[in-house]
Amino acid sequence: MTQLALVIDLNVCVGCQACVTNCKEWNTSGEAGPMVDQNPYGKDPTGTFFNRVQTFEVGEFPNTETVHFPKSCLHCEDPPCVPVCPTGASYKRKEDGIVLVNYDKCIGCKYCSWACPYGAREFDESQKVMKKCTLCVDRLYDPDMTEEERRPACVRACPTGARLYGDIHDPESEVSHAIRESGGYQLMPEWGTSPANHYLPRRKTKLRLRVDEIERADNPLKIDGLLPKPGKSEPSLDDVTSW
Amino acid sequence: MHPAFSVIFLTTLIGVGQGLFLALFTAQSYALFDLLPKQDSHAFYAHGSIVALLFLIGGLIASFFHLGRPERAWRSATQWRTSWLSREVIVLPAFMGTVFLYGVAHLFDFKPVLATLPGNIAIDLTVVLGVVGTVLAFALYVCTAMIYACLRFLREWHSPLTVINYILLGGASGFTLATVFAAVAAPDLVRFFAGWAAVLTLLGLVSRVASLIRNARLKPKSTLQTAIGIKHPRIVQKAQGFMGGSFNTREFFHGKSAGFLRSLKWLFLLLAFVVPALLLATGFTGAGALELMLFAFMVQYLGLMAERWFFFAQANHPQNLYYQGIG
Repeated sequence: MTQLALVIDLNVCVGCQACVTNCKEWNTSGEAGPMVDQNPYGKDPTGTFFNRVQTFEVGEFPNTETVHFPKSCLHCEDPPCVPVCPTGASYKRKEDGIVLVNYDKCIGCKYCSWACPYGAREFDESQKVMKKCTLCVDRLYDPDMTEEERRPACVRACPTGARLYGDIHDPESEVSHAIRESGGYQLMPEWGTSPANHYLPRRKTKLRLRVDEIERADNPLKIDGLLPKPGKSEPSLDDVTSW
Repeated sequence: MHPAFSVIFLTTLIGVGQGLFLALFTAQSYALFDLLPKQDSHAFYAHGSIVALLFLIGGLIASFFHLGRPERAWRSATQWRTSWLSREVIVLPAFMGTVFLYGVAHLFDFKPVLATLPGNIAIDLTVVLGVVGTVLAFALYVCTAMIYACLRFLREWHSPLTVINYILLGGASGFTLATVFAAVAAPDLVRFFAGWAAVLTLLGLVSRVASLIRNARLKPKSTLQTAIGIKHPRIVQKAQGFMGGSFNTREFFHGKSAGFLRSLKWLFLLLAFVVPALLLATGFTGAGALELMLFAFMVQYLGLMAERWFFFAQANHPQNLYYQGIG
């Protein structure tokens, strides 16, 4: 079984919001209808987004670290938002594991957004239906696109390569390797939703060197220095040896 | 969570409607076994069913205001296998239909005897409809409550106490309304209904206080550490990705101060339970006039609206961890 997902490398994300912009651009231009923006130039601008990049500060000054945290639907393998939907508009595709909303069936009761612990769903105030990340399902299988283009818009936009995309059920895929080898983890594992999207942790490359590794204890150049020095009055080599 | 008035009206109004129907049929069951005086079919059961139906219709209308696309509401009956909301959508009209038929059967005295119990107790059509209605009324309480209780990460709701509260609070308000109705239509039943309404109100007080105590002791399972997966005791949000509001900041925050919530808690405990129980006690002793009972019902209904507002506001959604600061 295929489970398409994103793997987001928090070690690489610089918080540039390019994925947010490209996501909005692609998904607002699609045949599913625009993603509304209200008061875009007013006092309280608001709108529907599938993807947001948040910023957290970890630690206490001066030992702080800024973590940029891209957040979108995690396409849970056991999605709590799907069974609660009264109309069946919210569903998980069997063939690739993408969680989608059928905008033509949605009654806008918002119950699915209550059932999502991650706040991944956003209600569209103009279409009056629930919306969420589609993993750009309208790109993934488009025969008119090249193989390179058949990837989510956010992945293609990321300038640092912090977003990987692939099938996490295929053990040899790029994402599976990343999860396995770079410590990929899931958000809020306590709820058993088994999110398909994984995050790679912040990693610091640290050389762990002992002092004796920098300066070898048995350095032959230093051996002499460690020997007791004969006194000035002691006989020298010349005194005891006839050459 | 942000309390939506559509849902507050829906849950409180149908709670009253269900409770009133249960009260009517309780009186009929008692009368069946000659424990209470028999009542007039028209003046009591038929008109009472109409009142119950009006409350149910009011709740149904309120529910439509919660929907973004009310014209598609019919679709919501399809997922009854998995969704409690879908089950409620099925049970509510079924219950309304049963109450309607129950009222019609009483109104036109259409009471063919379907069976006879030992002791020559005739089970007619209205009794059968009443039993079906009773089962559906309880099923509807369970469906309504399970919509909230089944969401496991909204831990304030995820408890059997939620179901018990919906049954007891709805029942209490329905029996209080039945007391008012009896004061108009059947004065010899005022004492009976006032007594049961007071008992249900006090039981509701016990279970609601129990859930308040439980919720006060809850420790959140999700933390900012599990939300973003970074193991550090001190994490502060600096930006949430936008400067204005979003659906996530509107739908899941009640936007009121902790002090407001605290005062509202004491207010609803007073209005929904203590005051009505005292007023109903005067009805039980026979001193309660119609005006007093009507006042008891209105106070209790206001109290239950405050209770429902608090019920929603108190639920702390784990998604709020991602929306702690605008930056």
